[in-house]
Amino acid sequence: MSDATHAHDAVHRDDFGARLGMWLFLVTEIVLFGGLFIAYAYMRATYPAEFHHAGAELNATLGVTNTVVLLTSSLTVVLSLVAIQRGDKVKTMAFLSTTLVLGVTFLVIKSFEWATKFHHGLYPNAPHLATLPHGEQVFFGLYFTMTGLHGLHVIAGLSVLAYMLVKVAREEIRQDQYVLLENGGLYWHLVDVIWIFLLPLFYLAA
Amino acid sequence: MSEPAITASAHADAHGIEHPGYGTFVKVWLALVVLTGLLVLMSHFGQSYAVWGLLILTPIKASLVFYFFMHLRYEGPLLKTIVLVSLGTLLIFFALLFSDVAFR
Repeated sequence: MSDATHAHDAVHRDDFGARLGMWLFLVTEIVLFGGLFIAYAYMRATYPAEFHHAGAELNATLGVTNTVVLLTSSLTVVLSLVAIQRGDKVKTMAFLSTTLVLGVTFLVIKSFEWATKFHHGLYPNAPHLATLPHGEQVFFGLYFTMTGLHGLHVIAGLSVLAYMLVKVAREEIRQDQYVLLENGGLYWHLVDVIWIFLLPLFYLAA
Repeated sequence: MSEPAITASAHADAHGIEHPGYGTFVKVWLALVVLTGLLVLMSHFGQSYAVWGLLILTPIKASLVFYFFMHLRYEGPLLKTIVLVSLGTLLIFFALLFSDVAFR
């Protein structure tokens, strides 16, 4: 696929450069969450019993369900990429829409989970939380910070992918020009990877 | 590891030609779901199993996503190096922190 066949694409294009830029951004995200993971590891080593007790408060079934939801949404993103590479616009849009539905499902489940915690008096700065042992306060502090920050990333990722869906519909993303979709997908996969770590950290191994 | 340079140039030149199909990714997804099930199973056997599951299975799952879903497998050495260096840096920070904590 040479540039000559696409004279209307006279503007300089550097798909590898675009992916390189995305990866550099993703590396900063890895380090951002990495710092929080290190904080978690230290606090867990300091308060093992409190972390165990507070972790029992969390609903592992919801956590695992959300994991499967996110893993599947990651699959559909990468499938939408295969579809666009094959020039199948309908399938691309179908896969992307599925991802959006799954992403929203994740947020809905997450909000139910948080709502239950709030009902039990567990939210940042809550009076009930202040009566708990210090280690449990730290656990819930990390829980709300890390799942909250992750939730913001899910919302950002959904917005990006919704925009990609519009671009596919307008054929601004198409078989010979899809690096935007690739980069949007990369972001979504990273959000998935972060959740892969959050699940055992908070729901299973605490 | 003799092919990365070739793969890199092939990727740059022929982007859009030699790509994996739907099947590859569905298989990776299946592996991810099975590993998640294994992780949950291990956590039922007790705390230490859960921690070992976390330390072993979670990095495998993350690698699968990085390698296949995020196409690192099909990228050249530059992107791979960037990711490895950043993960290595994180590991060093982990090691430094715990070497400090352990000897207090």
